[in-house]
Amino acid sequence: MKPAPFTYHAPALLEDALAILGDTAQDDGRVLAGGQSLVPMMALRLAQPAHLVDIGRIDGLGDLIEDSAGLTIGALVRHQRFHAPVVEGVLGRLLRYVSSHIAHLPIRLRGTFCGSLANADPASEWCLVAATLNARMTARRRGETRVIAAADFFDGVMATALSPDEILTGVQIPHPLPGTKVGFYEFSRRAGDFALAMSLVSYRIEGGVVTDPRIGLGGVEEYPRRIAQAEEIVAGQPLESDVLERTAEATAAAIAPLVDHHTSAAYRRDLARIAVLRAFARAAQGEPADG
Amino acid sequence: MDDRRDLTLHINGQRHDIRLAARKTLADAIREDCGLTGTHTGCEHGVCGACTILVDGDPVRSCLMFAVQAEGRDIRTVEGLAERDNLHPLQQAFIDHHALQCGFCTPGFLMLIIGALAREPDPSEAALVDLIASNMCRCTGYKNIIEAVRWFEGRRSEKGES
Repeated sequence: MKPAPFTYHAPALLEDALAILGDTAQDDGRVLAGGQSLVPMMALRLAQPAHLVDIGRIDGLGDLIEDSAGLTIGALVRHQRFHAPVVEGVLGRLLRYVSSHIAHLPIRLRGTFCGSLANADPASEWCLVAATLNARMTARRRGETRVIAAADFFDGVMATALSPDEILTGVQIPHPLPGTKVGFYEFSRRAGDFALAMSLVSYRIEGGVVTDPRIGLGGVEEYPRRIAQAEEIVAGQPLESDVLERTAEATAAAIAPLVDHHTSAAYRRDLARIAVLRAFARAAQGEPADG
Repeated sequence: MDDRRDLTLHINGQRHDIRLAARKTLADAIREDCGLTGTHTGCEHGVCGACTILVDGDPVRSCLMFAVQAEGRDIRTVEGLAERDNLHPLQQAFIDHHALQCGFCTPGFLMLIIGALAREPDPSEAALVDLIASNMCRCTGYKNIIEAVRWFEGRRSEKGES
């Protein structure tokens, strides 16, 4: 239960971190941010990086920046930061509510938003938020910066489009348009435990019908994503129970659930269906949550 | 090839100059290199919370930090709670309300609760239950832990302490 040996690097500048990572990525060099997923994996020897590049002492990575394009979340912004709404309106309330589902206070005080995305656990709440709200990921490597759309970012269980020498330096969530309603629902067996299914939905009502619906599903498949087949059903329809039932059933039909010793595919499909219905119910109440 | 280095940790106001491998967790460094064995290690992968300490005032799992990450930070452990022979009032409240049985999880609970109450005093019942769900007590003493915290909070508000 002790991590394997590694060489520790704690650069003060992002450029230095990128250079060290560039030199050590081939040798399984890894970024250490909050460490709340990587360190347990190292303790269990599931991860044995030869080099750790600790970005915790780099100034500026803990910034939250709101501008006309959206909210940009820096690489060292920790989960607990969202406990008080970081932006006005529905986005700040949503992020606050979602953050309360992440593990427990000591974990939330250390773990980072961007670290969750880079780690890409199927049950990560932030990955679902990023996928559903079309976040834009900024990835940097030595001499190169690129922006990756959420739809292109997740690639499998704990797999992303990031290359080993890249650091996810920031994630931008676009501002929801005025009138946007959002709802989030998560099912897990214990408080703070991994989600078995969760859904985030957002939409607007224009002319009495659902406009720009987004139906995100997480914790069920290899990675969270929007379910286009379900969005097509609810788009342009009034928000009525039979429409929502068909939307939820289309979600369950469209997915390839993860299975394990405790959960069958049929069980996870049913959880997915319920999660979508409850997320819509919460959105219709005008708040991300009833809590 | 173990990356060993010199390191200074500041724990409960005392300076500890130590030499250790980069892979050594803060929990192990506190216990083995600084001799402060009040911080307990249970699961060693961030689930049980027995090793919870305060780093710059925040309750964190010391098994999920490497000691090298804690250089320059203000660390507080259970040994720093009592003043000479006088227990910290939350420690006394744990005794008075039977909030421990075997006691293995107690240092972690004390540091968790003291750190959390400093951030948000007087939590709601739901918030308190959510908070203490962070840590595991295998003797299932949660009910009495809540009673101890309630007594401690009442005492604080009577005395007008923040």
